[in-house]
Amino acid sequence: MTSISLPKILGGGLTPWKRRAIFLAVGFVLVVVMPASLSGFRLALLGKYLCFAIIAIGIDLAWGYGGMLTIGQGLFFGLGGYSMGMFLKLQEAGPGNLPDFMVWSGVETLPGLWKPFASPVFALAGAVLIPMVVAAALGALIFRRRVRGAYFAILTQALTLAFAILLVGQQGITGGTNGLTNVTTFVGYDLNDPVNQRSLYVLIAVCLGLVYLLGRQIVQSRYGRVLMAVRDREDRVRFLGYNPTTIKIIAFSISAGMAGLAGALFVPIVGIISPAMVGIVPSIEMVIWVALGGRGTLIGAVIGAVLVNYAKTTLSEAYPSGWLYFQGLLFVVVMAFAPRGIAGLWRMYNERFRSKKAVPSSEQMHQQPAEVTT
Amino acid sequence: MSEGQLLLEIRDLEVSFDGFKANSEVNLDVLEGELRFLIGPNGAGKTTLIDAITGLVKPSKGTITFDTRDLLQRREFEIVRLGVGRTFQKANVFEELTVVENLDLAASFRLTLPRLFRRRRSVLPEVMETLDIVGLPAYADRPAGVLSHGQKQWLEIGMLLVQNPMLLLLDEPVAGMSKSERTKTGELLQFIAQTKTLMVIEHDMDFVRRFSKKVTVLCEGRILCEGPIEEVQANPMVQEVYLGRAHDRRSQEEVTA
Amino acid sequence: MDAFLGQVFTGLSVGSVLILIALGLTFTFGQMGVINMAHGEFIMAGAYTAYMLQDLLGRDISLLVALPIAFGIAGVMGLLLEFLLIRRLYGRPLDTLLVTWGVSLMLQQLARDLFGAPNVQVSAPEWLGGSLHAGGASFSYSRIFIMGLVVVCVVGIWLFLTRLPQGARMRAVMQNRQLASCSGLKTHSIDRLTFFIGSGLAGLAGVALTLLGSTGPTLGTNYIVDAFLVVVVGGLGQLKGAVIAAIGLGLINSFVEFNTEASIAKVAVFITIVAFLQVRPQGLFVLKSRGLA
Repeated sequence: MTSISLPKILGGGLTPWKRRAIFLAVGFVLVVVMPASLSGFRLALLGKYLCFAIIAIGIDLAWGYGGMLTIGQGLFFGLGGYSMGMFLKLQEAGPGNLPDFMVWSGVETLPGLWKPFASPVFALAGAVLIPMVVAAALGALIFRRRVRGAYFAILTQALTLAFAILLVGQQGITGGTNGLTNVTTFVGYDLNDPVNQRSLYVLIAVCLGLVYLLGRQIVQSRYGRVLMAVRDREDRVRFLGYNPTTIKIIAFSISAGMAGLAGALFVPIVGIISPAMVGIVPSIEMVIWVALGGRGTLIGAVIGAVLVNYAKTTLSEAYPSGWLYFQGLLFVVVMAFAPRGIAGLWRMYNERFRSKKAVPSSEQMHQQPAEVTT
Repeated sequence: MSEGQLLLEIRDLEVSFDGFKANSEVNLDVLEGELRFLIGPNGAGKTTLIDAITGLVKPSKGTITFDTRDLLQRREFEIVRLGVGRTFQKANVFEELTVVENLDLAASFRLTLPRLFRRRRSVLPEVMETLDIVGLPAYADRPAGVLSHGQKQWLEIGMLLVQNPMLLLLDEPVAGMSKSERTKTGELLQFIAQTKTLMVIEHDMDFVRRFSKKVTVLCEGRILCEGPIEEVQANPMVQEVYLGRAHDRRSQEEVTA
Repeated sequence: MDAFLGQVFTGLSVGSVLILIALGLTFTFGQMGVINMAHGEFIMAGAYTAYMLQDLLGRDISLLVALPIAFGIAGVMGLLLEFLLIRRLYGRPLDTLLVTWGVSLMLQQLARDLFGAPNVQVSAPEWLGGSLHAGGASFSYSRIFIMGLVVVCVVGIWLFLTRLPQGARMRAVMQNRQLASCSGLKTHSIDRLTFFIGSGLAGLAGVALTLLGSTGPTLGTNYIVDAFLVVVVGGLGQLKGAVIAAIGLGLINSFVEFNTEASIAKVAVFITIVAFLQVRPQGLFVLKSRGLA
């Protein structure tokens, strides 16, 4: 998509003012209309979808713009979620300053790993920075040796699997299969109080807006252009004097930070984080959000995340086993028949519509998007 | 620019692929301000030599010194940053980006990260200037994909120029070009040679005769001889290995393509 | 000493199953650039085949009958997948990864609907009960059987690749698809053959796995990630690489697991692999070719 949308952004299409107006309108609906009209339960669900949308923006940055298919984003989501979870559990810890599950499983002193997470600054910063550091380290080791494409995907998946198994295995530290449950207060506010729930929701919506703006700034900057160039022709970019390793590490690390932030916001609004939410199955699910919405468009990633999760909630309430077939089918249909997702279909529709109204100039004819190979 | 100091010094270079020696015992000096042509039959090791200079392949023996700096220990992008740029046989422009964006991408390579994260708000003066030099102002805002083959090569040369390198290595820039495009390219190269050093791989002997001052002939990985084109062409060895084989060049090209 | 032998034995037997699984993956990946995430469900299909035949034929002969049938069933599933979806996606490896993941989700749910969500048990035949005792350690006959089966398969594949014309064609396509196609090879029918054999091997692995543990809808998912790591370490399309990498992975896993615990072992294996890639980013064995990668 990048091929044709970029000149349009610079030259025409949606004017910056229209764009801003749409952004503010959507923001108004999310921040003002939704909290006023939805029930607490539904609002919390929407908040969860918005957290997922933050992850989707990150994946889009790495995959859609950078060509790095990360099917292990659950790892970073989990690191963020557990950082926040540990902090919140320590906040509401019972006798001996131990979280409830440790008391139940007979742990007597707080494990060293937990200690720094008593500090709000460490925990909140860590939720974003720990995933970023892990991603940068992994990226440095993998990209430096020019391991890429499917190999990269497989490695991210393997690390995520190892992480999930570790979480289950180290029950005394991590809460095992159950994870960290019963999170009821958030920095001193009772999460069962509807007013606090609404504020938390607004916080998430604002974070999504900021992440979107950050993503937009990145993809529109010169760096974004280089990132896409690396995606399409890494070897060529090397001979333009850029170090593709650095370029990729930055994007991957930012995408991990976004997933970490989403994890940190997810825990207070959903009240739980567990290995089942960070393993390979949810990780690859995250990719289909972006694929459905349209990789290479940030707004597509957001729409995809919200739509798929809304469908999941609705369908799995009605037909629990039907959802899995539906989800499987979604992967197949989107990737095989509409790899550019909703955004791609929208663009095709627009182009047809326009070409009927006006005889296309030769320039427009040539601006057909080139198929991006992955 | 008058020829000056030693810019590129290659000593006893050997490149081997699993025992096959693509280059051996190569000794080559390129002086500042030269427009040097590198000729030789297919498989002579011309492209491999450029690959070795730019870090794409690692030589098994020998040294490459550029402007007193050893190139062998450096990675591709570091070599570019030292001021050695190259093009490839097949034009490698970013077809989905516009011509200006391609040039801007090349021009921005020295920006620091914080500046790289800003949006491009205008066209840099050096991009405008390069656009004029390579003759593509009319295509400034068109995607590079719509350019003809020859124009893509010019854009590629422009992307090199805008980076302001000291040494430009061009791999068959006129291959597949029409007669008039070749002439235009030759003039472009001569114009560039006024301020920069160039080493150009070329097959087209007419082109070499028209635009070259000094020619280096490679054959089977080694340097056969070196000198002004008239001298080289008069050399019986060159006539045998190069001109004698020129007729089957086309079929060889098809195989390697 | 006996503990050591025991670990080697466990590592080898786990490694052998990984070989069977990884062979199909490495060939389809190396030859066609297809990342087949549904490969795990071919394993599952093989395991459920053994489960159903056990009820039908009794446990003593069902295992032997299950092997060829599971090979056939999984192979045909592979052919269908290739025919219906994958051939539309050649040249887009990352897209095949996601498409086949979707197929894998659907097949898992299908298994849940057909056989129920809880795991089922296939009991080993009478003649594989008990263990061989030697050197102070005991080696269960069923694990020995699995290793024997894998040796037969690997030798068979090796002979196929090196001695038979179809095998030579397969190698030709793997090395240079375009050239093979220009030389008149029907690359598509060769692709289908590769898919059939590779998927069939996964079916065999499924039967073998019923001897090691219970069978459930997510059986494949548990092995697919490790099998892909074997491909990464072994090198694309490399028989020798897959064998060495699978056994190496099996051994590391069983030793670390024995000395610490299973969850640490996974992390240790991952770290080892990333470290290995620093030295050999393209795996143990590489098809060499000149030119810009």
